[in-house]
Amino acid sequence: MKARTLTRHFRESLKSLGRNSWMTFASVSAVTVTLLLVGVFVLIMMNLNKVADDLENDVEIKTFVSLEADDARIEEIQKTIQSMPGVESVTFSTKEQELTDLVLDFGDELSLFQQSNPLFDVFYIKASEPQKTQEVATEIAKIENIEDVKYGEGKIEKLFNVLNTGRNVGLVLILALLFTAMFLISNTIRITIVARRHEIEIMKLVGATNWFVRIPFILEGMWLGLLGSIIPIALVSTLYYKVTDFAKPKLSGEMIQLLDLTPFIYQVSVLILVMGVFIGIWGSFMSIRKFLRV
Amino acid sequence: MIQMKNVYKKYPNGIVALNGLTVGIEQGEFVYVVGPSGAGKSTFIKMMYREERPTSGQMLINGVDLATLKNKKVPLLRRQIGVVFQDFKLLPRLNVYENVAFALEVIEETPEKIRKRVMEVLELVGLKHKARMFPTELSGGEQQRVSIARSIVNKPKVVIADEPTGNLDPETSWDIMDLFEQINATGTTILMATHNREVVNNRRHRVIAIEGGLIVRDVAGGDYGYEG
Repeated sequence: MKARTLTRHFRESLKSLGRNSWMTFASVSAVTVTLLLVGVFVLIMMNLNKVADDLENDVEIKTFVSLEADDARIEEIQKTIQSMPGVESVTFSTKEQELTDLVLDFGDELSLFQQSNPLFDVFYIKASEPQKTQEVATEIAKIENIEDVKYGEGKIEKLFNVLNTGRNVGLVLILALLFTAMFLISNTIRITIVARRHEIEIMKLVGATNWFVRIPFILEGMWLGLLGSIIPIALVSTLYYKVTDFAKPKLSGEMIQLLDLTPFIYQVSVLILVMGVFIGIWGSFMSIRKFLRV
Repeated sequence: MIQMKNVYKKYPNGIVALNGLTVGIEQGEFVYVVGPSGAGKSTFIKMMYREERPTSGQMLINGVDLATLKNKKVPLLRRQIGVVFQDFKLLPRLNVYENVAFALEVIEETPEKIRKRVMEVLELVGLKHKARMFPTELSGGEQQRVSIARSIVNKPKVVIADEPTGNLDPETSWDIMDLFEQINATGTTILMATHNREVVNNRRHRVIAIEGGLIVRDVAGGDYGYEG
């Protein structure tokens, strides 16, 4: 194809947007509404996912060292744990530190235990994959001089289950929404093309190749997707800006955090844009197929 | 230049439109195709620009067999053939100039050549002064002139016309016939399906009558031969 022809196709696709202004409006509205839904949904899902990650990463194994272990043995145990597969990090905390933490949390009346500290020295262990916490904990419990291992048995399995279900449901919903969007938009574009099948027929009768007919329509679909993604991008960005602006100070220091405004909002914008363009092109391509058989 | 041999066409719904039709048309001929409705005339015409494909038989245009022509090559065939329709088939949103230029844009002609050639054919059909008008602003006869201009702008060897005067009043029909004869005089083959008895009887050319999917009469300089 010659460059001049491509320029012609671009010009034609833009002209056609203006000439079929009502159809353009209808298609762009359909794209706008669906992309807005998808956009808001992605915001929610990605943040839920972030919360789930935060929760998961907060899970740690608390290992109590028996009192007969001396400093050398404690060091030995730390090395053993560190070398175990699936262990991300090991932090040691003496019983004195533990008591100080308790006093900080629960108040001065506990400080009388300072005369005779009833606590154990403790290792805090993070599994490299939160889902493997249980396995790692069972292994650690087998080590000599380990008094007890605690990781919220039962509770974290439930938590992981809930989080996994939530993620899968979210993914299915996003896919369903995308599918609906594609269907809706390709149908709207189909209507605009049906209205112009006469044009296509004439083009074919004077000897236009299929691609010559197709490209202006595909470009038009691209413009529709592009135009349809402007409002969703603007609204979703503003919305998320407001949300983070409101929630960030309230959540500061908490273990659960929202995703940062940037680069997240750029990623979502690009996603919306790419989806709009892809849906527009795909919709045109699919709709024009049957009218090319002249 | 057009050779049909035992061309047979059966539609998926079981209707047999052409029943082993054989005919030969030479370059530069002017041929009327007549016959009652449903006799296979339209199928015969549509087969010329490969809107329909023969079920069996051989159909050659300029030595190309349309029965086996690949879909991809159809645009190339159509660029050698001009087609004129009863309902003009002009693009309503393009003006006269653009409608004619369209057939050249499709074959990626240079803008200078397009401008020159379009003005040339618009002059020939007598519509140079209405180049900027839209189809809806023209009379039926003028619209048909535009569609004729479009059909010959590629300098095709053959022009196929499907009832070109069907929507026009008698007086305008004569002007359109003048135009076709003028085109024919330059050596272009004209193949015209028509119901217009006046035209066939007054402008004598070869007449092919199709009935029941077969040629029942083929007379040089013949008359229309049907009542009404």
